[in-house]
Amino acid sequence: MTDSLLEDLRDLAEPAPATLAERVVDGWVRAESPLGEVYAVVGAGGVRLLRTATYAGDLDAFLEGYRARHGRPVRPAPRPPRGLLPALRGTGRSPAVDLTDVGDFARKVLDATARIPAGQVRPYGWVAREAGHPKAVRAVGTALARNPVPLLVPCHRVVRGDGDLGQYLSGRADKVALLEREGVDLPRLAELAASGTRLIGSDTTGIVCLPTCHHARRITAPHRQGFASTDRARAAGYRPCRDCRP
Amino acid sequence: MADDEQLRTALVEDLDAGFEAVVRTHGDVVHAVARRTADRPADAEDLAAEAFLRAYRALRGYDAARIERLDLRPWLLTILLNTARNDRRDAARRPRTDGAADPPDRASPAPGPAERAEATDLGDRLAALLAELPVAQRTAVVLRHVVDLPVAEVASVLACSDGTARSHAARGLAALRSRLTAPPPEETS
Repeated sequence: MTDSLLEDLRDLAEPAPATLAERVVDGWVRAESPLGEVYAVVGAGGVRLLRTATYAGDLDAFLEGYRARHGRPVRPAPRPPRGLLPALRGTGRSPAVDLTDVGDFARKVLDATARIPAGQVRPYGWVAREAGHPKAVRAVGTALARNPVPLLVPCHRVVRGDGDLGQYLSGRADKVALLEREGVDLPRLAELAASGTRLIGSDTTGIVCLPTCHHARRITAPHRQGFASTDRARAAGYRPCRDCRP
Repeated sequence: MADDEQLRTALVEDLDAGFEAVVRTHGDVVHAVARRTADRPADAEDLAAEAFLRAYRALRGYDAARIERLDLRPWLLTILLNTARNDRRDAARRPRTDGAADPPDRASPAPGPAERAEATDLGDRLAALLAELPVAQRTAVVLRHVVDLPVAEVASVLACSDGTARSHAARGLAALRSRLTAPPPEETS
């Protein structure tokens, strides 16, 4: 005689979904980027860590550092995640990134930074304000210096308020190279910075923008007005651009 | 599927490659127990994944001799049950802020009367009754009868003697049998 209760109990054993192994074990890949070869660690939720080979050094040490810091196993992945290669080439949106291991503040900073369009730059103070902590300008610098996924979250597009390019986690030269590649006119930015001009307005529209905003770039020379601050621009009757939100 | 001897050798040779094999080999049993332990079905995979990551972190600190002695399946299940207990304690201590669920208002994952009434399917009804058992009996029944572990492994996970493990499982089964044959609970309050 078979015991139906025992059979019914055995039927309660639900096998693991096929996704369990990939949720536990992360994968690593190498890929090409504008800064040369990069190593990326990818989990089920997206890219968790990305470093240039020059900055990370030895691959084994990089992987061991990842395991030690995150306490997660990592194995060679059969292929890069969908979207990673185009994003690194600058021809596509970033693949999903997994920021669960960064703090709340850093996540807000990275989210705000991710919204800066290619070919444009924003001051640290802008990121602080967009992240909901307008006074935490220095902390923004710290959070971006620890960006787990540079290039995908474009921290190279964040510069100092005085127009200086500021630092970059793998060195200032990398920041210059990335911005030049995106078509940012660095000599012009330096000129504006030197003259104390932080914003550009159009006297035909009465709108004032950050200098790299695509609206600002369309203003012809005769109509271009420079301002040292949003307050000065407002006092002159200008309103801030809704796209670049100076 | 590799046997535990091969898995231990693989872990000693290359921890991460060996660990992936461990997840693939023992993922089903760990998940099945997680499913009968988690408060909500959606939490089972999270719980199983978290338990595996804890196991990995522990293994990183073990030397080869210790890994060679590991009885992987009961060791993993012990970690799973500890993880579930800690999660429940944490959830009770501070409410979840992600809006995923209200904190359970009692330690046991037993469903409320409404859910019991809805459990028309026999499997659902049995799962609900199982969840209401005292924790030692429930764990013993899950390990012994749901995932079919030998008594010695059940005893190892419960950290008790074989005799005690057997008696927890038997009392759990007896309770399930009597409740299954009992008339369904009255709807009136």
